[in-house]
Amino acid sequence: MGPATTPPVSLADGETPRGGAVSDLMLRRVLRTPTVVAGVVILCLVALVGLAAPLLTSLDPAAISPVSRNKTPGAVETVRADDGTKHEVRHWLGTDSLGRDVYARVVYGARASLAVGAVVAVASVAIGLVIGLLAGYVRWLDGIVMRFMDGLMAIPAILLAIAVVSLSSAGLAAVIVAIVVPEVPRVVRLVRAVVLSVREEPYVEAAIAAGTRTVPLIVRHILPNTVPPLIVQATYIAASAILIEAILSFLGVGIPPETPTWGNIMAEGRTLFRVYPHTILYPGILLALTILSVNLLGDGLRDTLDPRMRRRM
Amino acid sequence: MPGFLARRLLATIPVMAIVAVLVFSMLRLTPGDPASIIAGAAATSADIAGIRDKLGLDRPIVEQFAIWIGNLLRGDLGESFFFKKTVASLVADRLEPTLALATLTMLWSIAVAVPLGVVAAYRQGTWVDRVVMGFSVLGFSVPVFVIGYVLIYVFAIELSWLPVQGYQALREGFWGFLQRLILPSLTLSVIYIALIARITRTSVLEVLGEDYIRTARAKGLPRSTVLMRHALRNAAVPIVTVIGIGAALLIGGVVVTESVFSIPGLGRLTVDAVLARDYPTVQAVILLFSLVYVLLNLLVDVLYTFLDPRIRY
Repeated sequence: MGPATTPPVSLADGETPRGGAVSDLMLRRVLRTPTVVAGVVILCLVALVGLAAPLLTSLDPAAISPVSRNKTPGAVETVRADDGTKHEVRHWLGTDSLGRDVYARVVYGARASLAVGAVVAVASVAIGLVIGLLAGYVRWLDGIVMRFMDGLMAIPAILLAIAVVSLSSAGLAAVIVAIVVPEVPRVVRLVRAVVLSVREEPYVEAAIAAGTRTVPLIVRHILPNTVPPLIVQATYIAASAILIEAILSFLGVGIPPETPTWGNIMAEGRTLFRVYPHTILYPGILLALTILSVNLLGDGLRDTLDPRMRRRM
Repeated sequence: MPGFLARRLLATIPVMAIVAVLVFSMLRLTPGDPASIIAGAAATSADIAGIRDKLGLDRPIVEQFAIWIGNLLRGDLGESFFFKKTVASLVADRLEPTLALATLTMLWSIAVAVPLGVVAAYRQGTWVDRVVMGFSVLGFSVPVFVIGYVLIYVFAIELSWLPVQGYQALREGFWGFLQRLILPSLTLSVIYIALIARITRTSVLEVLGEDYIRTARAKGLPRSTVLMRHALRNAAVPIVTVIGIGAALLIGGVVVTESVFSIPGLGRLTVDAVLARDYPTVQAVILLFSLVYVLLNLLVDVLYTFLDPRIRY
């Protein structure tokens, strides 16, 4: 996406339009990128699947049924209800080794992945923004905070997440905290860098000279500059959060199997993978597709909102 | 040069100190008595008393930290009550597979990714470029374990070319050792190749626009000389940087890959230790991996001066 494709609305690199950090203009430009459109469409579909899960399957994703263990995709089973009536159940994607319907689990699993992605992105950005603004603006804090962040970043992300998860009992909240902790330093660095470059600008000096107090100064004059790169960063964080959640759940240290997630469906399929590869294959494809769509969205947003970053990546 | 090395080595000390503080606080953050947590579920009260005494748990927290660091520096990583061994010997036993897997992956990833990136940059906008970039986006999106299982399914189960899982020590024969590392290393390399190829492309692309490249071409130098001597040489610094930073992905990937392929390395040990709540082992592994990561990036800094003589510290 270069200015050449959209001449009337093109903005010079790094220039921010007046009237807010992200304008309608930019939004329209983002939505004209084919990869972004593809990303948004896939993401909306996955979100729809997650929201409409009860409509897409009548089966309980957590219901264990010893008789219907390890069915292959498409297997039909006759189930006798309590009142004696019989009806047929088709396991579109087969069942796992506890007899749970893989299709139902995959459909419901979309919820966990998207929820983790969204919550982690928002939480990391919010926490990182506050710490980053403080570190960038309050000089004596800068050294201490940034050394601490360097230390956090020296621990590889997945390892740090595993360590945090080991401190409490497994569950959705623990997993979210565990993924937020390694992401925060990256946001802090980004915000701090923006603050440091902006605080020397003449308009900030002018605002200080005009007697603007610190808090309104940060909120009104410095904060808006962090918004475009943060939107891009948040998208990438969402993608990596979905990935790390799947990894944690796959390793057995993440979300326990009562709540279906694509990661723990695949963990369940590990032991019998040679015979029943579908338990890993289908959630794997959906997981990859979802992460891909978020990454495509991120790339498109980056090219439009943060053109300086495009040259770096 | 020696002065620079010494200064850089000294600069890693604060980072590692913060990592140590974080890892140390891990156990103090978990609810309960650290001594009984360390001793594990099957501990006798004598065991617990012994640990309390050794770690000085009845003393002030700063003193506890000093004792812990002192033990670490003497190579005493504590005792794993779960594995019934000292952590140091446990780590030593598990070192070879991880080292072999990571080194092999790193070497061949660089050997593949750098030429891919150079070609993509040189043929910018052609199908070669699109294939490389497409692979790169995909590589970031498909989770490591999904790649692993797909490779196992195709090459080990369907084609029976390679063993499904397991590890063979180097002293038991080179071919068996290599054979069992091929699939894990392929799996692990995807994300690393994606990352390096992407940065190489951007970095070379930026250099290709420079005047000296035009001069070199105008002189009639062969294409390969221009690309390798003039372009790649000048684009090397960001590439080497990302090889260092990307090592975090590699370390995270090792944890997952070793689980998929049942390789008894440090990554598998980390997961087993977390599942068993074996904190001394978790702490040691995190410290070790972080140390390796920090030292690798130190090596990268040193490499800068060789790659670009203009960089002087």
